[in-house]
Amino acid sequence: MSIRLRALPLVRRLSMLAAALPLMAGTAWAAEVNLYTTREPKLVEPLLEAFTQDTGVKVNTVFVKDGLLERVRAEGEQSPADLLMTVDIGNLLDLVDGGVTQPVDSAALKAAIPANLRGDDDQWFTLSLRDRVAYVAKDLDIQTFHYEDLADPRWKGKVCIRSGQHPYNTALIAALIAHDGAEAAEQWLRGVKANLARPATGGDRDVARDILGGICDVGIANAYYAGHMKNAAEGTDARRWGDAIRVIRPTFKNAPGTHVNISGAAVARHAPHRAEAVQLLEYLVTDKAQSLYARANYEYPVKKGVALDPTVESFGPLAIDPLPLTEIARNRKQASELVDRTGLNQ
Amino acid sequence: MTANGRFQAWPWHAGTALAALAVLAPILALVGQAGQGSGAHWGHLLQFVLPGVLAQTLGLLIGVGLLAAALGVGAAWLVTAYDFPGRRALSWALLLPLAVPTYIVAYAYLDILHPLGPVQEAVRALLGYSSPREFRLPDLRSLPGAIVLLAFVLYPYVYLTTRSMFASQAAHLMEAARLLGHGPWSAFLRVALPLARPAIAVGLCLVLLETLNDIGASEFLGVQTLTVAIYTTWVTRSDLAGAAQIALVSLALVTLLIAVERRGRRRLRYTGNRRAAPIRRHVLHGPAACLATLLGLAPVLIGFAAPAAYLLALVLERLGTGQGPSPALLRAVGQTLTVSALATLFALAIGLVVAWSRRILPRVHAWQGALPRLATLGYAVPGTVLAIGLLFPLMAIERGLSALRAATGMDPAGLVLLGTPAALALAYVIRFLTIPVGTLEAGLDRIPPSLDQAARLLGENVHGMLRRVHLPLLRPALAASALLIFVDAMKELPATLLLRPLNFDTLATWLYAEAARGTYEEGAIAALCIVVAGLLPVILLARLMDRPTA
Repeated sequence: MSIRLRALPLVRRLSMLAAALPLMAGTAWAAEVNLYTTREPKLVEPLLEAFTQDTGVKVNTVFVKDGLLERVRAEGEQSPADLLMTVDIGNLLDLVDGGVTQPVDSAALKAAIPANLRGDDDQWFTLSLRDRVAYVAKDLDIQTFHYEDLADPRWKGKVCIRSGQHPYNTALIAALIAHDGAEAAEQWLRGVKANLARPATGGDRDVARDILGGICDVGIANAYYAGHMKNAAEGTDARRWGDAIRVIRPTFKNAPGTHVNISGAAVARHAPHRAEAVQLLEYLVTDKAQSLYARANYEYPVKKGVALDPTVESFGPLAIDPLPLTEIARNRKQASELVDRTGLNQ
Repeated sequence: MTANGRFQAWPWHAGTALAALAVLAPILALVGQAGQGSGAHWGHLLQFVLPGVLAQTLGLLIGVGLLAAALGVGAAWLVTAYDFPGRRALSWALLLPLAVPTYIVAYAYLDILHPLGPVQEAVRALLGYSSPREFRLPDLRSLPGAIVLLAFVLYPYVYLTTRSMFASQAAHLMEAARLLGHGPWSAFLRVALPLARPAIAVGLCLVLLETLNDIGASEFLGVQTLTVAIYTTWVTRSDLAGAAQIALVSLALVTLLIAVERRGRRRLRYTGNRRAAPIRRHVLHGPAACLATLLGLAPVLIGFAAPAAYLLALVLERLGTGQGPSPALLRAVGQTLTVSALATLFALAIGLVVAWSRRILPRVHAWQGALPRLATLGYAVPGTVLAIGLLFPLMAIERGLSALRAATGMDPAGLVLLGTPAALALAYVIRFLTIPVGTLEAGLDRIPPSLDQAARLLGENVHGMLRRVHLPLLRPALAASALLIFVDAMKELPATLLLRPLNFDTLATWLYAEAARGTYEEGAIAALCIVVAGLLPVILLARLMDRPTA
């Protein structure tokens, strides 16, 4: 009986809340822009806060992990999405191919972003670069590394890597297919599988952690994670992991550069606040924002001449693999199938 | 049933049909998506993916199923049939792992058991090794690791359903078995266990579906399940049609399994015709009592106390450095509780309609009996796949609402369902409807049909019969399913990630975002919030369970 008496006000409160829900969604701002992102928003939060402060435009975000394309496409003309932000070139091009983006003709964007890092149809734009590098145990005496070396029997039982199906890895394998051919890429995957110290799972930071844990000696991961870990507060786990590794920028045997993926954005096709979306996009390639990408997130700025973070600088010069991003995107289905075929994840 | 009775029953059947339609809508949308695919990927799948994936999935299901059933039934029997120190506390503490999502337990145990973690550090110190390079224990990231971990977190589903069955059914039959010369073990195996079969089946079904559709924990531990293959096809190869095809095949297999199990006990009736008396507990003394306490404690320690204590230690460490929960996190707590509570209320109400409609159904047409089954399909599909399917009917409704607003001179722009947490609550209801339907049906099955006949003879119609006879008897089952829905909704991640509106976080998405950045330590506060919020309904339920049934 007492339970029922207590439950009644709760029910009433809940129904009031339910009635208030539509109001919550419709909070009116002078100017706002709706950002759908597959990037964890906290990573770009410093940028968005700076944008709001400088322009007075409020940014609403939703972090959609998988299914951004499906959601925006289903929402159709009703979609509140203004700007779509993703990591990985494949995901970005999926949005373009899925028909949920629109072109933006902007001199500011064209001036800041090199031509090969934006769509020639003006549908997509790179905002930052992320090189995929080797983490090696601090005491190992190696100075240069080819991606192909990861399959060298020398590293048997000493290699750590995240899932072969993760976009970061399929993009790398796609580049390998372009440089060395599909057959060599398949052999490479078999070699890497034979070298695995543990199942291909977890995240990039786990590579550093497992190196410190003595499970492996080398692994492949994105450079900015090393930047984060090496700059974490003294005494934290992350700092200990970061301090246990050295970053080497590998190159391909047949190409002089390091594999680089991107984070980027596109304006949504039915953007209700198109002007603000373009404004935000242009803001993200200003010197100020690009320097935030570098300093707050240890990424590589897309804009030339923006200073790097000292930690990232210490990794040495970055020579970018000249392979066009679109070719990487084109090869990634084959890359994913090769991962299945070789059982890398099993 | 009289013509009059049939007339009264129609609102219940209509409600059931509506619920079945709501659940079917996203699945039909998936069928539509699957039909747009070519099927070209099946050759690749059959040759390179499915053999390994099916072996791992089956291994995982069998391993988790056996271990979770043994833990759940064993624990339920232990606290029902024996008396030993700590029994009362254990009887509710055994529910605690329910409060912790599997992915959080996986994160926590990887930390605890990692070569850098406290356990291996202690082992190395004990054996005189100085570095993990010299000595390491086997890695948790393996199929056996995933089996043990999932079983110790998911067994409470079996414990919960089985315990209430033991408590209310077995007593007088156990007495009879004992009088006929059976010892406690023999009586357990020959009387209590067969009697509890429907309850075990309901609990085990939830365990297996949770295991099958789990994406966080098994992927994190490096186990390639069918669900992971669905994800790969969809996300990595951008082939939604192909993914929908695999998901539908998987759904068909699951449905078949459930149907076979139901058919297996079709002819059996489990109602007792006496008022349930509490079972007389066998009092244990000395070493036996000690052993019983330890046995009961082990699942709680492994499934709850160790990971929770670990999270607590992380949080205290953070609070020590002056970093408390942010206002945004507190807002996420409120949003989580609100949307979970809404989903619980709706799912409970709809579940009651479905279960009751089956009870009063004149069994004329087979398809009428199939409707309640259809209403429970949502749990058999991975969360994201269901959410993708749900996008299509949701948008159909949105377009209708927009046209309606335009016709009535209101602003037709904006999304009413997807723009608010309404779509989320609806997704939870559809996904978790099987919980109230399953538990309430099991509860109704234990109420003898003679009570229905008596109620009818005394002039009650179907509505009054429910209100005055069955509903009071269903109180424990209602409480149990409310708890399970609430906790499940709170922990739900994949559908929440896809369907939530702008600026909306639940604790699960908050935690996921932290994990996506690779900052698990900062996620500890959110993880602990999920655990604590999950504890409240667990404790509430435990109190209700201990209360003698009305």
